[in-house]
Amino acid sequence: MNIPPDYVLTLSGILFALGVIGVLIRRNAIVIFMSIELMLNSANLALIAFARTLAPAQEALRGHVFVFFVIAVAAAEVAVGLALIVAIFRSKESIDVDEVSSLRG
Amino acid sequence: MVLLEVVQGGGLFAYAPLIIALPILGLITNIIFGRRLGERFTGIVASGAVALAFVIAIMQFLALQAVPEGATVPIAEWISVGSLSIPWSIKVDTLSTTMMLMVTGVSTLIHIYAIGYMHEDVRFQGDPGRYARFFIFFNLFVAAMMVLVSADNYLMMFVGWEGVGLCSYLLIGFWYEKGEDGIGNAVAGKKAFVTNRIGDFGFLIAMFLIFGAVGSLGFEDVFHWAHAFGGENVLLISVITLFMLLGVAGKSAQLPLFVWLPDAMAGPTPVSALIHAATMVTAGVYLIVRSNPLFSVTASTSNIVAIVGTATAFFAATIAVGQFDIKRVLAYSTISQLGFMVAAAGLGAYVAAIFHLINHAFFKALLFLASGSVIQGVEAGHHHAEHEGADIEEPFDPQDMRNMGGLRSRMKITFWVYLIGALALSGFPPLAGFFSKDEILADARLENPAMFFLLLAAAFLTTFYMGRQVFLVFFGKARSEPAAHAKENPPVMWVPLIILGVLSVIAGALNLPKIHTLTDWLGDTIEHVHVTEFSFSVAGLAVVFSTVAVVLAWTIYGRKPIEKGEPDPLRKFLGPIFVGMENKWWVDELYEFLIIRPYIAICWFLADVVDWRFWHDWFHDSVLGAAYRNGSRWLAWVFDLRVIDGIGNGLGNITNWGSQRLRVLQTGYVRNYALAVLVGGVLVLSYFIFG
Repeated sequence: MNIPPDYVLTLSGILFALGVIGVLIRRNAIVIFMSIELMLNSANLALIAFARTLAPAQEALRGHVFVFFVIAVAAAEVAVGLALIVAIFRSKESIDVDEVSSLRG
Repeated sequence: MVLLEVVQGGGLFAYAPLIIALPILGLITNIIFGRRLGERFTGIVASGAVALAFVIAIMQFLALQAVPEGATVPIAEWISVGSLSIPWSIKVDTLSTTMMLMVTGVSTLIHIYAIGYMHEDVRFQGDPGRYARFFIFFNLFVAAMMVLVSADNYLMMFVGWEGVGLCSYLLIGFWYEKGEDGIGNAVAGKKAFVTNRIGDFGFLIAMFLIFGAVGSLGFEDVFHWAHAFGGENVLLISVITLFMLLGVAGKSAQLPLFVWLPDAMAGPTPVSALIHAATMVTAGVYLIVRSNPLFSVTASTSNIVAIVGTATAFFAATIAVGQFDIKRVLAYSTISQLGFMVAAAGLGAYVAAIFHLINHAFFKALLFLASGSVIQGVEAGHHHAEHEGADIEEPFDPQDMRNMGGLRSRMKITFWVYLIGALALSGFPPLAGFFSKDEILADARLENPAMFFLLLAAAFLTTFYMGRQVFLVFFGKARSEPAAHAKENPPVMWVPLIILGVLSVIAGALNLPKIHTLTDWLGDTIEHVHVTEFSFSVAGLAVVFSTVAVVLAWTIYGRKPIEKGEPDPLRKFLGPIFVGMENKWWVDELYEFLIIRPYIAICWFLADVVDWRFWHDWFHDSVLGAAYRNGSRWLAWVFDLRVIDGIGNGLGNITNWGSQRLRVLQTGYVRNYALAVLVGGVLVLSYFIFG
């Protein structure tokens, strides 16, 4: 079965758009975080799709390596981001990001 | 033998600069040591310096015997600009050496006299510390006079001319805090100085014109030019000589600038004798004689010179008749005699002018010094009488002849030398004045009869006022206590008097009729000498006139001497004329009215209206001040506050306003930032994709 890359890229675009919308409209820090993960993974999906269009197979590895990097960075990001959320919750008793607006000019 | 060789080779000319250097050395010595080492030292140094200068003058005289045409001794380059080259060099010729001999000789005698005179004077005036200063000025005067007579160009002569003028000013105002209202002497000095400036202006203009025409100020260049081109430049030379005449009128006290000389009598008597009778005032005559190649070209100026001299001689003689101050009589007499000399020079009788100049130096110095002796004798008598508690009218004027009388017996030496001086001045044979005055009269008779009679009248008046003076001072009875106690002065004063007395007797021998020693001697320098033969008719007429004048003076003043408080008998005979003579024909008042008042009015106008009100009040205060104040106010309140501060504050306000607007963007909501990032990303991507 050979799925054409356009389909995969379209799916990736949809997922990315969902992630963007999630970041923009949700107030729950955990959900925003999940939306960011969604965007990252949509990008991973796009990278995989591009990698498959590349030949020979060694060239495709570049896209895979990118994806692994992104997964690794995302993992590190999760550690930092969750720690931030925990710290915010400890001080505000809430994880509503609108509560955290003390940088307002 | 060596000396003879030096003399014959003219090597003695090389010593000529010493004649200026020695008096300067003397005055420097006195400036440094004079006050510390006392009066004796000061007097000896000053007199010695001048006496040595006299020795140098004799050396020049000896040198000229071998080399009659003389020499020019260069000392230094002075001014050298472009084609103008004025060296500082000394001209030794028969004319300048004659003046050197006369000036240094008479100066030496007067310096010696002043040792005694100033000793008393500084004590009488109450400031013995000024003794050294007097001799410093005196030596400076001799040095300046030497520069004047030894100059070989007009500019150097002018330096001496101004130098003697300065010394004259300093010495007239020697007792500057004395005199009328405590400033009288200073005013007299100022008057002399300012009047002389008018003359100097003439001399300067003459020099400028000479330089413009000839391109040089050296005597030889100028005279060569006058010879070569004089004929076609008569008008220019007339103008030059007329301006020179103005200088002569200032320095030699001729009409109309003579007014300073009588006032100059405010100076101590040796000053009157040396500067204002014997030497400085003759500088003008010397200038004419020195410039004779110029004057002889232009008959018109020579005529004017002769007229000025004659008029002065007569005019001043009339004033002298009406004076009571012993020194003022002599001052007007000096003006009158200078008139004779100038008249002679104007008539072309240059030798006669110099002859009379020398004789006059002797007998007028003698008369002044003798009058100083009289004054000091009377002052001593005043002191003595005061001591005895005699009744003296205060203020007592020791120079007023009405306070004198009968001094013949108490001041014998002074009386005799005074008599010799008076007779020599009056022109009685065989004294000095007889020969020189008759030479002038003889020349005048040949040239212009009107001048001859005017000069004869002046000579008559001369004898009359001298007779009047001698009778008033020395004959009759003392008219005041001081005169009754007057006493003779020490030998340091009367020895020079006797020497001058002898000279006054024998100086006529310089240019005896038929022998003409001086004419031959000066003929080596002056081109236009003419021998005027002795005329018995002229001489006889002059002697008859003089004798009549003496008899007249005796009739009025000698036969029945005036008593104390009695008016001058001449007042009865002459009435208003005597009042005019006594008041100097109101010349000072006329000048006051014609020149000084308008001048002061102009000065006031310039000072008060132009300078103060217009320039200061209006221009400075109103125009400049107001403009400055208004300008500053505008800069401060308008430009600085609005523009400069406006820029600063405006920048701040704009930043502030912009920031106020921009801070709205900082909501603090994370999604706003995320949206911004999204929009930015979209825009960048759109640019790459669609741009």
